[in-house]
This record gives sequence, C-alpha cells and structure tokens, in this order.
Amino acid sequence: MSSRTAIQRPATPAGRTASALDERLTISAPLRRTLNKVFPDHWSFLLGEIALYSFIILLLTGTYLTFFFDASMQEIVYDGSYAPLRGIEMSRAYATSLDISFDVRGGLLIRQIHHWAALLFVASIVVHLMRTFFTGAFRKPREANWVIGVGLLVLALLEGVFGYSLTDDLLSGTGLRIINAIFLSIPVVGSWLSFAIFGGEFPGTVIIGRFYILHVLLIPGILLALIAVHLLLVVKNKHTQYPGPGRTEDNVVGKRMFPVFAAKSTGFFMVVFGITAALGGLVQINPIWLYGPYDPSQVSAGSQPDWYIGFLDGSTRLFPAWDLYIFGYNIPPLFWPTIVLPGLLFTLLGLYPFIEAKLTKDRAHHNLLQRPRDVPVRTAIGAMALAFYTVLWISGGNDLIADKFDISLNVMTWIGRIGLILAPPIAYWIAYRVCLGLQLHDREVLEHGVETGIIRRLPHGEFIEVHQPLGPVDAHGHGSLQYGGAPVPKRMNHIGGMGRAIKGFFTPLEEPPARPVTSEEEKQAELTGSGRPKDPEA
Amino acid sequence: MTRLARLRKRTSSGLALAVALVAVGIGYSFAAPSSSAQDTGLSVEAMAGQEIYENSCITCHGANLQGVEEQGPSLIGVGEASVYFQVATGRMPLAQHEAQAQRKTPVYDDAEVNQLMAYIQTYGGGPELPAEEDLRDGELAEGGELFRLNCASCHNFAGSGGALSSGKNAPSLNQSSDLDIYTAMLSGPQNMPVFGDNQLTPENKRAIINYVQTLNETADPGGLSIGRAGPVPEGLIIWVVGIAGCVIACFWVGTRS
Repeated sequence: MSSRTAIQRPATPAGRTASALDERLTISAPLRRTLNKVFPDHWSFLLGEIALYSFIILLLTGTYLTFFFDASMQEIVYDGSYAPLRGIEMSRAYATSLDISFDVRGGLLIRQIHHWAALLFVASIVVHLMRTFFTGAFRKPREANWVIGVGLLVLALLEGVFGYSLTDDLLSGTGLRIINAIFLSIPVVGSWLSFAIFGGEFPGTVIIGRFYILHVLLIPGILLALIAVHLLLVVKNKHTQYPGPGRTEDNVVGKRMFPVFAAKSTGFFMVVFGITAALGGLVQINPIWLYGPYDPSQVSAGSQPDWYIGFLDGSTRLFPAWDLYIFGYNIPPLFWPTIVLPGLLFTLLGLYPFIEAKLTKDRAHHNLLQRPRDVPVRTAIGAMALAFYTVLWISGGNDLIADKFDISLNVMTWIGRIGLILAPPIAYWIAYRVCLGLQLHDREVLEHGVETGIIRRLPHGEFIEVHQPLGPVDAHGHGSLQYGGAPVPKRMNHIGGMGRAIKGFFTPLEEPPARPVTSEEEKQAELTGSGRPKDPEA
Repeated sequence: MTRLARLRKRTSSGLALAVALVAVGIGYSFAAPSSSAQDTGLSVEAMAGQEIYENSCITCHGANLQGVEEQGPSLIGVGEASVYFQVATGRMPLAQHEAQAQRKTPVYDDAEVNQLMAYIQTYGGGPELPAEEDLRDGELAEGGELFRLNCASCHNFAGSGGALSSGKNAPSLNQSSDLDIYTAMLSGPQNMPVFGDNQLTPENKRAIINYVQTLNETADPGGLSIGRAGPVPEGLIIWVVGIAGCVIACFWVGTRS
C-alpha cells in the first residue's frame, strides 16, 4: 500500500484533457521520446521536405479535381464557356477538364497548382537524391532507404505520366500514342502488351479510365506507404550529420523535434505551398484549351512530355534509327532509348550503394556524411551522370532551342549525339580536379591559417600577407590541426576576427557597432603569423 | 520587161506579202488575244513595278523573271499573292542568303507592293489576293479544327512557330496580319505547302484566320503565357523559379536558429 503514490490530478483544463487522453492511450512516453528526438541542423537536410510538402499539396489539390473530373472516353459535343471549342466533338475527360478550367470556381487555379506541384515534386526528389548521393548518405546502414528513394522517384515519374495523360487533349493524346509505341517496341510481347493495356487497338475506349485509377488510387497509395517507410527508416537509423566539432559516428547533434524543428518545418511547408500557389496563380501551365481534343490524325509542333520525361524524349531523338533483327525477331529502334536506357539508368542508380561498397570494400557503418570534395571519385561519377542526363534532357527540347536560338535542328541533334559521349568524361575530369583543388585549399588554410587581407612590409622590403592560424603553430609557423573532412573557416569573420556580419539582405538593417578599441586590443591586433618560416633573426 | 514593169511586179508581190502578214496578224490576234494585248503594253502600275523589279529583284530572280540558278527561283506564274506575302512581310528582298527568309521591316510601302504585284501578275498569272474585305468571316471552332489538322504540326498548337530541318522554321503567327496568313496559304511560301482553294475553301481559310487571330488576341486565363510552347518552358520555370525558390527558402529556414 505504501508503495502506491497518489496520482497528482492536473489542475488546468488542458492538463486534464492530456491526462485523460494518456490514461486511455498511454502515449505520453513515446510522444515525449518523439518530441525530444534530435535532428541535425543543416539546410540541405530540408530538401527532401520539399518533396514531402509538394506531395501533400498534390493530394489536397488532386482530391478537389476528382470532384469534377470524369475519366470517360465517351464522345460528346462541347458546350461550355470556351468559345473556340464550342460545338467540337471530344471525350468527356477532355470536356470535364475544360469545365474545371473555365466553369468550376477556382478550378483553373487548383489545376495549375496541382500541375506545378507535380513538376516540383519530381524536381525536389531529384535535388534530394543529389544531396544524398554527393554526401554519401546512402552508405551502410541506409542502403535500403536509398533503394526506396529510387523506387519513389520511378513511381513519381509514372504518376506524373498517368496524370498528364488524363486530360485527353492533343498533347496528352500524343504522349499516349508514344507510350503505346514504346510498349509496341518491346520485342516478342510488345503487341500483346499494348493490346492488354489499351484494351485493343490504340486509342480504344478504356485507357483514360485505367490510367485514372492508377493515378488517383494505386500509385498514390504505394507512394504514401513508401514515404511512410522512408521516414520511419530515417527515424530508425537516425539522421546522418556532417562532420564537425563534437559530431561523431555515435551521436546526433542538432535541434529537438519540438519546438524548433517542428516550427521550422511548418514554416517551410508554408513557403513551399506559397511558391506553388504563386506559380499556379501567376504562370500558365498546360493550357489544355489551346491544344484541342485528341485526334490521332493531328499532332502539334513542339509536342513534349513534362520535364521529368524529357530525358527519354531526348534519348529517342539522339539514338540512331537502327532496326535490328535478332534470331528473326525485330527489335525496333525505339526499344533502346525508351526501355533499355531508362532500365539501365534506374538499375544502376538503385544498386549504386552496393556497387560502391563492393569497389571500395567499405563495410563499416557510416553516420557521418562526407563532403563531396572529400570523395572525388564519387563526386566525379555523379557529375558524369548529371552531364549524361543533362545532354539527354536538353535534347528533349532541342527543337525549341533550335527555333528560339536560330540554330539548325540537325546541328542540335549532332551536338546532343557528340555531347552525350564527350560531356560525361569532361564533367568527370572537371569535378575531380575541383574536388582536389577544394581539398588542397582546406589543407592550406589548416597549415597556414586564414588570409587576413593585411599586407605587411618586412624590413628587407618583401611584402607578405598576414595569416591568422586556426590553432597552435609549430616552430615554422605551420598549424598542427589535422584534416578531418569538416568545413574549414576561410574568412576572418568565420572565426570571429572581424566581428559578426551586419544584418540585412539587400541593404544593411543596422549600424555596425562602434567598438572602442582599447590599447591592449591594439597591441593584440598586431597579427604576426605570416604562414611562412620565421626569420631566424626575428 | 521594162524596169517599170519589174518594179510594179515587185511592188505587188510586196503588197501581197504585207496584206498576207496583216491578215495573219489579225487572225493571230483573234486566236490569242490576251497575250498579244498584254505583251504590247504594261499598265502604268506594272511599269512602275517593273522598274522596282529591275532595280532590286533582278539580281536573283533574273531578267524576264526567269530565275537565276542557285540564286533565286523564276517568278513566272507565282502570282500576286506570293508577291504580297514575300514583300509586305519584309521577307523579300532578302538580307542574305540563308536557310529561309525572315520576317523583317518591309522595304517597300503599300503602293510599291501593289506595283510589284501588278508587274509579276502580268507574267503567267497565279494566285490573286482575296476579294473579300473581312478575312475572319468564318466559323471559329471549325477554324480551330482545321488549324490543328493542317497547320499545328509545324506552327505549333497556338501558332507560336516551330523548328523544321536544317535551320528552317515555321514562323510564329503572332505578328501576322489576316492577309499575310491568307496569302501564305494561297502561295505556299518557302517550306509551306500550298493550300489552294480546292484543299481549303476560301471559307475554310477565313475560319482558320479567325481562330489564329482569336488566339493571338485572347489573354491567357492561367497567367503568364511563357511562350505558349508547351512543357519545355514549364520545365524551365519549375527549375529556375520553383526549385530555386524552395532551395533558397530551405537555406533561409535551415540556417536560422
């Protein structure tokens, strides 16, 4: 009896509610643990959040669009507000998309936010992937999360393709035609596959409905589940951190989930929503009314996919039209740039952590990140891959570049073909040299100190720049700090030598503090370290 | 035979020849009245056109409009519609030999264009300017359907233009007047096919012009048009504005404490 202590009843209403909840759910302990969870503080760790927030925006705006969209390919005569199409035969899918744009309150704004958020979703995944790649965050024990991330990227691409195919306008129909051609190009099974997917001959009457259910239910469901696992694994494995003072492989230095991290994240969500809403309200995207209804006999100049599929359009434009026969089976030219190439690229991307571990024989746990300059080979491989991708991507819009910049389209194609072979090795070499150069500069600062900008004239007339050593120096004036892969201060105000930076983005918001200089300080201000061997006489 | 008799005989045979020639001439003039009547004299306007032609066009298009190999095509039978399109949009005279003539500030004013049209039309005829005043007198939605079927594959869905092979291009229709578009369809300049009145009736043509000019004059309901050129400029915007804005925000939020 005496071991039981009286439960102290909370006095405030909020306390009583919380207590009542906890009595029923016993969540105070896990909640406290979660709220106290520490996240390392670095701006680049927020890049993945852009993707998460744009996904939330997509779910919200997409739900609104489903209220008014009818994924039916039934032919009707348009009788809505947009005069240049009135009286034209079109599918219900296209007609309801036009209604969303012209007759539903807020419909066009929501549609445009949805589309911009979709472009942002994939773009932010790519940026987040680059951060993860270049800092080595995918290494053991986080390989699984890397693979999930690559899976999310592929699903996001598919989700986008299905989404922009739904409106059944001339552009999306042209895209569907190309998707159909890609299926047809698969050797042996192509025709059957295409018939199964399109329910018969292209375009058929079912494809929009099928893509619709994939777009609004199946793929978002998988995306949501994978995002949950992706985040849970981050919690389970803890977040990585950059090397720095006090940061080791076994700790996490940062801010608590609540309140700092939660406040930052909420604010950041508002910013991302603000940017997509501003784009949706100010910049026209996918003007389906200009495209007209899909008709297989029509195609517009400059028909392109959205940016994230552009690299496949580019690969198709660059790849030579080689019609091969292997064992009597035809392999159409489209097969290589649209099935084999992306298959290879995404397989290599997904397997990269394992390939790197195999080649470097690195089996250790890594919770500390690496700066890109400290792993020149990986950084250079990344630069090489980006160069390859960029050439494909630019080639996807090469007709527009040719038209707007008055270049021959044929020249653009050959620039792409030659660039695809030459640009990656050049990018590799440049990135590798830049990494080594940056490393050397870090080492130089560790050894000789920070450049102060103070030039001294020595008694024999030589001019030297005074250097501020970062730590104790040896008899030669060389710093004894070891290179640790952490950022090295390079300016005097990084080490508090010049006072703090004045607030203000464009113009200073405050007066620089007037600091009285004492005579003692004046003496100390005489910096003597030159970063050179000291004169024996001095 | 005396000299006089010989002279008389010669005179009579000469007279007979003259009479015969006149008779043949008159007969010929009945058989082919038009060419004879126009060969003999150009209208005042056409003569002024001829003067312009011989000052500025003859270097490439040759004497008698017959063309110069590797310089310029023959203009016999191209018609006044072609002259109007090429000269009134400033494409002719060429600034330089390149893949294709570019639209630029016209060198000749309306009166001079009319004179050139009269001169060229004299030789071999060809497509003429439309007689109608209102070239937009056609059904809007039908014009859109015809535009997508016949024009959009080169000029893009909104008439913003597009690239063709080897430095050639289908120009943007944003600056084109009704008559520019009409005469272009009639004459098929440069890489453009001819859309004669059998392919697209004058009413079809007016419907297309109505659609193109309606699009040109309609504001974009979604905001900035970013060129009405499809997803490529959209991709540019999402990286240059969207991602850049988010990453700057990321940096701003992430470096606050």
